[in-house]
Amino acid sequence: MMNIENIDIKEFRQKMLDLRATGMDFLREMVGMDWNEEGLGVIYILENSATHEGKEVAVRTANRENPQVPTMSDIWQVAEIYEREVYDFFGIEFTGHPDMRRLFLRNDWIGFPLRKDYDASEAINPVRLESETNEEIHREYDIAEEKQLAELVEKMKILHYDQFVINIGPQHPATHGVLRFRLSLEGEVVRKVDIHCGYIHRGIEKMCESRTYPQTLAFTDRLDYLSAHQNRHALCMCIEKAMGLEVTDRVQYIRTIMDELQRIDSHLLMFSCMAMDMGAITSFIYGFREREKILDIMEEVTGGRLIQNYNIIGGVQADITPDFAAKVKEFCNDQKQRLKEYYDVFVNNVILRNRTIGVGVLSREDAISFGATGGTGRASGWACDVRKRHPYALYDKVDFKEILHKGGDCYDRLLVRLEEIVESIRIIEQLIDNIPEGDYKTKTKPIIKLPEGQFSASVEGSRGEFGVFIESHGDKTPYRVKFRPTGLPLIAVAQKIMKKHKVADLITIGASLDYVIPDIDR
Amino acid sequence: MIDFSSINSTIDSYLHSVLPAQVATLVECAIIAVCAIVAYLAFAIVMIFMERKVCAAFQCRLGPTRVGFWGLLQVFADVFKMLIKEIIDIKNSDWALYTLAPFLVIMSSIITFSCLPFDNGLQVLDFNIGVFFIMAASSFGVLGILLAGWSSNNKFAMIGAIRSGGQMISYELSMSLCILTLVVLSGTMQVSEIVEMQRGGWFIIRGHIPAVIAFIIYLIAGNAETNRAPFDLPEAESELTAGFHTEYSGMGFGFFYVAEFMNMFIIAGIASTLFLGGWTPFYIPGLEGFNEAMEWIPGFVWFLGKTLFVVWLLMWVRWTFPRLRIDQVLVLEWKYLVPIGLLNLLIMTVCVVMGWTL
Amino acid sequence: MEMKKPVIKSIPYEEFKDNETLEALIAEINKERTNVIVGKLDDLINWGRSNSLWSLTFATSCCGIEFMSVGAARYDFARFGFEVTRNSPRQADLIMCAGTITHKMAPVLKRLYDQMAEPKYVVAVGGCAISGGPFKDSYHVLNGIDKIMPVDVYIPGCPPRPEAILYGMMQLQRKVKVEKFLGGKNRHQKPGEMHDGPIIVTNHPIKKEDEQ
Repeated sequence: MMNIENIDIKEFRQKMLDLRATGMDFLREMVGMDWNEEGLGVIYILENSATHEGKEVAVRTANRENPQVPTMSDIWQVAEIYEREVYDFFGIEFTGHPDMRRLFLRNDWIGFPLRKDYDASEAINPVRLESETNEEIHREYDIAEEKQLAELVEKMKILHYDQFVINIGPQHPATHGVLRFRLSLEGEVVRKVDIHCGYIHRGIEKMCESRTYPQTLAFTDRLDYLSAHQNRHALCMCIEKAMGLEVTDRVQYIRTIMDELQRIDSHLLMFSCMAMDMGAITSFIYGFREREKILDIMEEVTGGRLIQNYNIIGGVQADITPDFAAKVKEFCNDQKQRLKEYYDVFVNNVILRNRTIGVGVLSREDAISFGATGGTGRASGWACDVRKRHPYALYDKVDFKEILHKGGDCYDRLLVRLEEIVESIRIIEQLIDNIPEGDYKTKTKPIIKLPEGQFSASVEGSRGEFGVFIESHGDKTPYRVKFRPTGLPLIAVAQKIMKKHKVADLITIGASLDYVIPDIDR
Repeated sequence: MIDFSSINSTIDSYLHSVLPAQVATLVECAIIAVCAIVAYLAFAIVMIFMERKVCAAFQCRLGPTRVGFWGLLQVFADVFKMLIKEIIDIKNSDWALYTLAPFLVIMSSIITFSCLPFDNGLQVLDFNIGVFFIMAASSFGVLGILLAGWSSNNKFAMIGAIRSGGQMISYELSMSLCILTLVVLSGTMQVSEIVEMQRGGWFIIRGHIPAVIAFIIYLIAGNAETNRAPFDLPEAESELTAGFHTEYSGMGFGFFYVAEFMNMFIIAGIASTLFLGGWTPFYIPGLEGFNEAMEWIPGFVWFLGKTLFVVWLLMWVRWTFPRLRIDQVLVLEWKYLVPIGLLNLLIMTVCVVMGWTL
Repeated sequence: MEMKKPVIKSIPYEEFKDNETLEALIAEINKERTNVIVGKLDDLINWGRSNSLWSLTFATSCCGIEFMSVGAARYDFARFGFEVTRNSPRQADLIMCAGTITHKMAPVLKRLYDQMAEPKYVVAVGGCAISGGPFKDSYHVLNGIDKIMPVDVYIPGCPPRPEAILYGMMQLQRKVKVEKFLGGKNRHQKPGEMHDGPIIVTNHPIKKEDEQ
């Protein structure tokens, strides 16, 4: 149950500035809300990156026609992209925001889908097969003087006509899915990046609102399919916390081990994809070779290779197999040997070092301001691991090191991932022999109702903090579910650090940030 | 060893005896052209198949196995498919240049190919400035690539073409320097003479240190010339989708595809001709019996063996290394390879003048 | 000359499912008689095409990762001649539509399809590409790519296992083998499916009375 402080919209900006001054430098989440009669609003979940204290505040506006909230994008850099998301879903305009466009949906989309009164009928928004036009001008809401308008419009153009603009994506081998960059180039040097998301926006949050709690679980695996276990763990944990349900020790062990296996899986894929993006195809295959072994183990236990649907409310779907421990141990021993191979063939390669060291540097302050958690943040020296900050499951009982690097460049981001594989193996090795006997699931009622209130939980996903926010009004379906995407802050980061690099570096930076698009778009 | 020049002269004199001189020359030209193109295609198919199998072996895979025995017919299937694939007309493209570009690339490649000495006398073009001609012929391929990128009306293709222009013209320089180093050592530019001189010992051994340096630089530059990883920036799959040939479909793309592989073969062929003795066998001075046995292996087997070995080296590099960035490619060339190459040329000259060669 | 049933090396004919569809296609082709030479040439062309299916690298979500697995060492689709994945639609023979297609992506997919050179094939991989899958009732998901382009093979699963993808590719190989390039209809496309202007697609089937 969260304790959310409501702030009046008039003094909202000042209050937020004060909060920032007290050290609340990490804007974890921004949840747009539609409270029907009580109007629209936004919930901000803040955290102090030094003391890990949290603070939740909310702001409301009763005006449904033209709701406006002051922007926070100059206080927390990540707010710029979060606010675009809220605008896209709820139509809340953020005054003073530098780039108020839709983020996910087409710019000719009618209506704001996450509002409760949204009409999803086909007649209003059919599947359009004509290409989307590019909006060339930001919308701005506090232009004072009309005579300055022409001048301002010129200044606010996203990309100018006289620039060499190329599109990378949405169908492009190196965008890891369907992401679109519009680049303005000067020779090979990138002058400006304009990122378009939403090509795989499936409206999961809206769909959750019409599903019962156990049904919502199915979507989490499909958000970031490379941290399927962690995502589902987060949602289960949140619901269990709200219900006051305690899971058995055995479940905690299984969940922790599976989370770590999934993390190794994801990091291997990151290594592979980075190798492929940089043209080293053999290393790509090497990464996949080991990844198949994890998938074998997962398949045996859960029945699925990629989408496992393993965690359920109160436990896990099925008990582990008898030879699970032996297989995992065999894999761990093998993987330690294989890592050396990766270093030999790819990581220590002189070309790779030249291509990545000093490229795409993200400072620690920026990492926090952007909320770039996970390997990206840790490569910049920000100790942002949820497993250490707010230990859950068994992470306070196991001994592992939080990998931190100082450089914040692409090479460090790659190293963090590879070193985290070693740490994950250490965690698994500490747990695998001690899995206690017990039930693998606690019986729950078929229809689960959460008490009224807001709940949240977060886990360390494969590529950052994955958070779940649920507002319940006591029904069998949630009133609002919000997933904190691990990738959205990374996209904001990419937009910043890709500038002034070459096109080739853009691909490297994208690969090293390691985002998964379905997780960004939801 | 068989001397193919005697066979050639027999055919030549026969044709002259039955046909008037000009017609005979014309017929000879036609025969040679057909032979060269058939050989070119045959080697292209061998190269593509070899690439598939070699890369599969490096990547713990099997490569093609289903089409024909051991996948031997795989490349034929690809060729049939590509031949009948639709060729798309691109809107707003420069039609003439767009159509011409693949032919330029493949022409440059075939002409260079016909300068390779496969065996004693088995060579299409052999004259006193052979090496010079090879360099000239191989370098107009870049024109085709530039035109392809320019005429496609595609920004990716354009960037790819410009990259390729910068890269290939630069690397031509150090390739030529390496070849010059060897010309200094051999004292002739005629390809057949260069090979003949290596009967006494391959140039890579006779030219010792400077020749080895030249060989290494040559391989690097040659790799860059053929646009293969780590220098595959003009295509750069993950950056520019398919680089300069993004808009080409069907056989237009097929020409680029084949030319890429054959350029690699040609680079390797030149390397084996200049450095590894071409079709001359491997001799160990003093071991007469061994040398005698080596004589029994036909010259073209030696040539192909050496060439495919160099090709294999290039493939090994191609599948292992990540790609360079355009500025790094140029820095490598202008700040390292060219100065080293020039210095190396100087060393070689000194060695030759002082008689310090083996 | 009669067209015979398509046999491929990997799996015996009888063990494939849905042979009826293929047999219907063969029967239709066999209705028109063909010259022996042309028929043989057609066989050769079909052999070439079916053994060299280069796919476009197109993936939107989870299924794409499985598609990558198919290309990697354990499953290795290079064995069957699907070796090369091309990134440019001009050079690809088939589009493996792996993943959910949303409203925003639909025009892009359609455009990619139009950019491909004939002959082109479409494989719908996974529940989402086939019907919208778990996101069927979402406001932003296209319920099946067959609404905007003709589909040759459907590979169900969420995501399909690599074996399933390989099986689907083999089915496509067989389908390619029962085509007639010379003197016959190459593909059957319904009118309207290939027209250029903007067409409006609805997720729900058009009711009978609307048509009248």
